[in-house]
Amino acid sequence: MEVAKLTDVTRKYKIGEVETRALNGVSIIINDGEFTSLIGPSGSGKTTLLQLIGCLDQPSSGKIVINGKDTTNLNRNQRADLRKETIGFVFQFFALIPTLTAYENVEMPLLLNGKNPAERKQRTLELLDAVDMGKRANHRPDQLSGGQQQRVAIARALATNPKLILADEPTANLDTENGEQVMEIMKRLNKDTGATFVFATHDPRVIKYASRVVTLQDGLIVKDSNSK
Amino acid sequence: MMNYFKMAYRNLGRNFRRTLLSGMALAMGTALLMFIAAFFQGEMRSSMETTLRLNTGHLQVKDAEYDPDKFSVAWEYLIENPQQVSAQIEAMDQVQAATPRLFASGIVSVLEESVGVQIMGIIPDSSANDPYRDGLISGEFLTADDREGIVIGAPLAESLGLKVGDQLELLVNTSEGNVDKQKFTIRGIFSTGTTSYDKSVVLLPLAKAQAFSGAADHASMIFILLKDREQADAVAGAIQGNGLQIKTWKELNELLVLINDFSNAYLTVLNLIILGVTATVIVNTLLMSVFERTREIGILTAIGMKGRQIIALFLAEATLLALGGITFGSLIGWAISAYYSKVGVYFGDLGMSNDMLLNDRIYTELTLDSAVNLIVTAFIITILASLYPARMASRMEPVEALHGAQ
Ligand SMILES: Nc1ncnc2c1ncn2[C@@H]1O[C@H](COP(=O)(O)OP(=O)(O)OP(=O)(O)O)[C@@H](O)[C@H]1O
Ligand SMILES: [Mg+2]
Repeated sequence: MEVAKLTDVTRKYKIGEVETRALNGVSIIINDGEFTSLIGPSGSGKTTLLQLIGCLDQPSSGKIVINGKDTTNLNRNQRADLRKETIGFVFQFFALIPTLTAYENVEMPLLLNGKNPAERKQRTLELLDAVDMGKRANHRPDQLSGGQQQRVAIARALATNPKLILADEPTANLDTENGEQVMEIMKRLNKDTGATFVFATHDPRVIKYASRVVTLQDGLIVKDSNSK
Repeated sequence: MMNYFKMAYRNLGRNFRRTLLSGMALAMGTALLMFIAAFFQGEMRSSMETTLRLNTGHLQVKDAEYDPDKFSVAWEYLIENPQQVSAQIEAMDQVQAATPRLFASGIVSVLEESVGVQIMGIIPDSSANDPYRDGLISGEFLTADDREGIVIGAPLAESLGLKVGDQLELLVNTSEGNVDKQKFTIRGIFSTGTTSYDKSVVLLPLAKAQAFSGAADHASMIFILLKDREQADAVAGAIQGNGLQIKTWKELNELLVLINDFSNAYLTVLNLIILGVTATVIVNTLLMSVFERTREIGILTAIGMKGRQIIALFLAEATLLALGGITFGSLIGWAISAYYSKVGVYFGDLGMSNDMLLNDRIYTELTLDSAVNLIVTAFIITILASLYPARMASRMEPVEALHGAQ
């Protein structure tokens, strides 16, 4: 099944008179259960592509279908709903809410999805255990190391069982050991839950985990290990 | 559904000093306004009560021709047989006291000094004269048949260096248009608490005032106090008499009634202005926290929070801030008002005309009505003002918000 299907997608940024083409006509299909790595030089459009797939941003042209749903004409709220139900995010910076504990951060998407308290509690603890953070449930982000924060962020991204998890350079701010650990966890969750992962990365040590590697350059896909 | 308040509470705690400062701004504004409301209320009540008690009464019966500006004692302006008329009125159920009074203009002179005064002839026994009797600070009150005694106000006595037992010379404009004069002995000195009034009025027994001014058996008015001043119209309708005019306190104090009626509108405007300023402080605080939390807003949006939920989050913060600030401010405002309702605020002689008398000391009076009005207004204004930063947060594009602080 296709989790995401992009057809001839472009994204232009206009700053004053200068127009940057961040994506220059990208077509790609992401299938269920894939563990895809987006690579390419800095400025090649990896982040832009993830943001479009994640419905955080809208393309200048082209069509994006997520989980069978055409996103072209969705309004802000509908896009928020789509994100809430279908997509999980892991960012390069450890994007936790600083006032909330690890537990509350993971619980947040479940709250937004209107899950009942018993369900929330069970799922949150289960996820924290899955990323080996059960013992730190009541710590605030500033009481956690970068690797620990990123693991909590992964738990949060998975909270609602999203079809698709998008991770933008999840290991960039981690040392080798923590980076490997985070990748191990993502790989395991990919196997266990069948969730689809797409991550942008520069890190060659990370790429070895990928089942598919897509290379971007100047806003175009120049190489895709699936279509060799 | 959401734990907005939990998050809001922690967010406020993040920059505790800033939260405290903006909460204090709101508290100060509320406290100040509460005190102003209490002061205003006290002032209005004092002014109304003093004016009615000393100057106009609740009802006045006068000759239809009476010329209130001249204190003329020409007979055609006066009521005949005033004692009889007032006795009839006093017999009515709603009436507390009805008493004839004669006004004449005069001049008090002692040695080289002379001061223009209003001579008021009164029936000493009437309870309508309690403010003077109870206000005696030395000496005794008049008796009805006293032919040489006079009672004067404390500020007048002081300015002329007079004390009880001293003599003064009084000149009067008589009914024939002449001037007559006589020496009187000061029996008592009173203070009603309103200097401007006490300076200008001297009291004689009605019979003496009538004889002295040539008014014979006439009076300028029947001064009437009611048990309930709202009954004024009803009582006025029940009093009849040929060639008489009957005026209620509302007609006699049009300006005062008007000011009283407008005082609420005036306070509301003042509330809006001061609360507008405090709201600006709150808006500023929230705006700063919106900018600081750009990335956080981006994260929340990314995981599916909707615009209205972001608004709710910031409104929850504003609500907590408002609750804290307004509660604290109300307590302070209430405490200050309570203190000054006992002690009073001393103004001294404001030199007001007798149309609108004010006690020298004003006691604040905080009514539940005005306190609730203020609290609700402060709350609504704060929340309305915070809609602006809240909406701003809710309209951030997730991508830009995420970029914001990377
Ligand atoms: N908000 C923006 N406004 C203007 N130009 C932008 C914006 N975001 C990205 N770009 C431009 O679009 C192009 C692609 O950027 P993008 O962030 O997708 O690259 P990337 O592959 O993620 O790079 P990196 O590996 O450095 O993260 C770049 O030329 C960048 O300058
Ligand atoms: Mg990038």
